[in-house]
Amino acid sequence: MTQGALPLSIRGLHKSFGALVVAEDISFDVEENSALGIIGPNGAGKTTLFNLIAGAMSPGSGKINSFGKDIGSMDARRRCLGGIARSFQVPQPFSGMTAFENVLIAAAFGRGLNEHAARKFAIEAIDRTGLGGSSNRLAGSMTLLDRKRLELARALATGPRLLLLDEIAGGLTEAECRDLVSLIKEIRDQGMTIIWIEHVLHALLAVVDRVMVLDFGKVIAQGAPDEIMKDPQVAAVYLGPDSEELEMING
Amino acid sequence: MAEPLLSVKDLSSGYGDFQALFGVSLELQENAILGLVGANGAGKSTLFKAILGLLPRARDMVNFRGKPIGNVKTEDLSRLGIVMVPEGRKLFRSLSVEENLQLAAEYGRKGEWTPDRVFELFPILGQRRRQAATSLSGGQQQMVAIGRALVANPDVILFDEISLGLAPIVVNDVYAAMPQINASGISAIVVEQDVDRVRKLSHSLVCLNEGRVVLSGPSQDFTKAQLTAAYFGE
Repeated sequence: MTQGALPLSIRGLHKSFGALVVAEDISFDVEENSALGIIGPNGAGKTTLFNLIAGAMSPGSGKINSFGKDIGSMDARRRCLGGIARSFQVPQPFSGMTAFENVLIAAAFGRGLNEHAARKFAIEAIDRTGLGGSSNRLAGSMTLLDRKRLELARALATGPRLLLLDEIAGGLTEAECRDLVSLIKEIRDQGMTIIWIEHVLHALLAVVDRVMVLDFGKVIAQGAPDEIMKDPQVAAVYLGPDSEELEMING
Repeated sequence: MAEPLLSVKDLSSGYGDFQALFGVSLELQENAILGLVGANGAGKSTLFKAILGLLPRARDMVNFRGKPIGNVKTEDLSRLGIVMVPEGRKLFRSLSVEENLQLAAEYGRKGEWTPDRVFELFPILGQRRRQAATSLSGGQQQMVAIGRALVANPDVILFDEISLGLAPIVVNDVYAAMPQINASGISAIVVEQDVDRVRKLSHSLVCLNEGRVVLSGPSQDFTKAQLTAAYFGE
């Protein structure tokens, strides 16, 4: 595959808010059907990077290519139509609509279809994420777990080839987390390319094949998960000494 | 045992026709930390909302310092000494970090927790004090939400998902600060998904399953396996 057709290829990406630099010379590639994990301290620029990839923010400079196209100046909707979907850290459903209506809107707008044509994709996404039993519930009255599933269903309904997940495992019990991890693995195994920001490391490391660490807008490490977890710099800025997360991963 | 600081007696509540809590009882002692665990949908956030009067409950189901607080308006509870760190943070979008904290301090009580002390606990917030709270990262917003509860100098903080969105190193800081927060006279009910962590932090534990208390007692009496089993009503 040529580099131009990669799901994502970023070069020299830069973004600042006034004096605050949130992305500094970020470059990386994401291969087809791979899963990249992104970790880093709070405020490192992880969600900002998703905003730049998904088109919620414009970069100051740098190149963002996705599936062979320069998408850096495209609006968010066109990027979504081009195959990029995201979930939000704090679920953002239309709370006065049912789960099904929320997913239907995602399928219609994310694929450029009318309501009738979008319906089968909405049903498929609801089924795939195990939301069948709550599809007629108002999104605002759903539990956190179901709202997280709804975030995933809305993203999947748009028919993505590159899926961006922002802290989707936060606030879930271990058992719920295990279910979510197997669902994400299943989605990956069906050919999806995934970039996942997550603090729940044992969930993240069960899925991703590469980890990138951001701090103050810069990539400070990237590589195989086990190497990254042993990196002293990562321990210093992110994990901290005696990390319980690390204990949990190492058993 | 001394009279509990906060007690919930036989509390039932829900949303419209949907009953989410069935006769829940618990007691939070003065200067104690109670861990509240259970799967999503077990009723933990609902219990918090009912304690605060955001959901219907009978007048005498929630008692604070021995008195029923069923007639106290939610907005008056922070002056009485009960506050919540809500899941989802719920900060004032148009206000800066400092303004969010000042507003909470204004509606709370005077005491040793001030915005400056919060900036000592979370130095990054001090550096961002003039920024709009919602321009912060998710984890930093969680720090503001925790700080906002502290500056009200309450007797009780209800923490809904205390470590949600925080990097491991900050979770360590928050847990390290809890004994200090506790020693300043603040008791807490903590919802946390990391069972081991909350078991070590808390004095007592209550596990909810499908809106009912399925297990409660001193934290040291339970193993992680017992708690995990109780999640599912086993």
